[in-house]
Amino acid sequence: MTENLEERGFGQKEMGFVQVEHPFKETVRMFATNYAAVAGFVVLVIVILVSFLGPFIYTTDPWEMVWSPFSPPGAKGFLLGTDYLGRDLVAQIIHGGRATIAVGCAAALLSVLIGITFGALSGFYRGWVEEVLMRITEFFQVLPTLLFSMVLVALFGASLAMITFAIGIVSWTGVARVTRAEFLKIRELEYVTASRSGGAKAPTLIFRVILPNALPPIVVQSALLVGFAILFEAGLSFLGLSDPDVMSWGAMMGNNRPFILQHAFTIMYPGLAIFITVLAISLVGDGLNDALNPKLRKR
Amino acid sequence: MLEATSMLELRDVEVRFNLKRIGLFGAVPQLRAVDGVSLSVQQGETMAIVGESGSGKTTLALAIARLVPVASGEIQMGDIDLLGLTGESLRTHRQNMQFIFQDPYSSLNPRLRAQDIVREPLDRLAIGSVDSRNQRVQEMFEQVGLRQDQLRLFPHQFSGGQRQRIGIARAIASRPSLVICDEPVSALDVGVQAQILNLLRRLQKDLNLTYLFISHDLGVVQHMCDSIAVMYMGKIVEESDRESLFNNPLHPYTRALLSAVPSADPSRRNREQRITISGDPPNPIDLPPGCRFASRCPMVEERCKSVEPILTLREKSHQVACHLV
Repeated sequence: MTENLEERGFGQKEMGFVQVEHPFKETVRMFATNYAAVAGFVVLVIVILVSFLGPFIYTTDPWEMVWSPFSPPGAKGFLLGTDYLGRDLVAQIIHGGRATIAVGCAAALLSVLIGITFGALSGFYRGWVEEVLMRITEFFQVLPTLLFSMVLVALFGASLAMITFAIGIVSWTGVARVTRAEFLKIRELEYVTASRSGGAKAPTLIFRVILPNALPPIVVQSALLVGFAILFEAGLSFLGLSDPDVMSWGAMMGNNRPFILQHAFTIMYPGLAIFITVLAISLVGDGLNDALNPKLRKR
Repeated sequence: MLEATSMLELRDVEVRFNLKRIGLFGAVPQLRAVDGVSLSVQQGETMAIVGESGSGKTTLALAIARLVPVASGEIQMGDIDLLGLTGESLRTHRQNMQFIFQDPYSSLNPRLRAQDIVREPLDRLAIGSVDSRNQRVQEMFEQVGLRQDQLRLFPHQFSGGQRQRIGIARAIASRPSLVICDEPVSALDVGVQAQILNLLRRLQKDLNLTYLFISHDLGVVQHMCDSIAVMYMGKIVEESDRESLFNNPLHPYTRALLSAVPSADPSRRNREQRITISGDPPNPIDLPPGCRFASRCPMVEERCKSVEPILTLREKSHQVACHLV
């Protein structure tokens, strides 16, 4: 009787049909209501635009000596002054952003790839696979990260690729643990069993069924990793381990380090650029976390 | 009566789970979730497995569907030895046996549209051409009473009953002969339960399905099933056809279960004494030597605590494992 009613298309409302917002739209809406996150996002967009389009507009060569060294900001039309070789700091900041952001993103991508692989395999297969992979993860966790990266870069040369690798290889453990935790949780859910019952093989289960559902916390972790990698690159550069052929904010700080007491502004400006960028990334990451975290969602 | 052919035969099926090792070098304790279960399900009938939480009924269902590893025993489906199947042969056989899950909220992948959820077994098992699969999904929607304009919706846009319909559509999409229903209605409210049960019965008739129906609700079982097996702590304590079990329950546990079914008829309510069972079930890791129900049985005798009763035939197609009947 009741069934017939439903088959005749009787009121969806009486049958408890509830229209709920799509999770993606809900996430976007939650993010948009978080003013700090939106501000961070806007700043980040500006930083990226300036770094990637700026060099075509502000064409002064960041390597060229344009004026006497350590000109204070504003002198002779150089807005931020010049560095220890008399190179334009504005040009350096605009041109240096590209490498900084690229290294940050590439290193974060590398650690996300390693982390997801380790986390997914250990969380999915359990048993000895998990034992081995998690022991390796713990090994990298207890490694003194800065020291290890410095050794890598010092041994194999300070090329941009090597620096990226050195940062990526020490920062993936967090992603691995988050991914494993999500896999442990999701693999027990009935829709995974249902997929198995429907004939899905292990790679399908890992990449098509579980991973997409495990992504939200991984996305947050990755966003914060970009900020971490930028800071790390700055740290390495500050210690002199930067690619001498590439202009980056970290390299600017490293180059001017000997003169930090006499001419602080040469280090302050690239430092400020890093600070603003990392802050913006953190705000976006936190905003994503709030927007993706179902516990904070109002129902 | 037509000659019934057995479509599913279990012999001494055992499922064990390894628990956490005691100490560094201690033995790994094992939990026997299903302990020596033998069953036979006839083609086209509905066999119920009832029992309380933790009695191993869901584990048994998963074992039959080869979704948890079986430690020992035999499972025969038609003339195929299910436990002998591995890898690819098991995968292709999965289209013959499908599963309907208890919780319609966790059994649907929240990232897939309803049509893709129903399509999944077709895609994974490469059933039919790519075009025909869409056609099939539409038919399935029709068959379970969902509308075509709901094809592209996501699970969270459906109610519990509708979600369970999607789960049923997915289960029958590959045209299985055996469908294992693991408490398919226990997460739904009563009105919706009736709709889903009627749907399951209609599908059984239309598609000639055999059901293995896991439940703890005897009212539902009476409505749905031809024969019933009662499980307690991993063992079958009584097995019978519906009539015989409901009219003449033999095992004290079955009697207690039946007396706990609420009745709408006040005269019946007073006439029948409620049998209450006190105490807790024994620790499943450290089982007592005798009957597993001995610690709670109102009729317990000395021998029950030392000698384990064996499932024996008492009446025509009515088996029970108890010393006292």
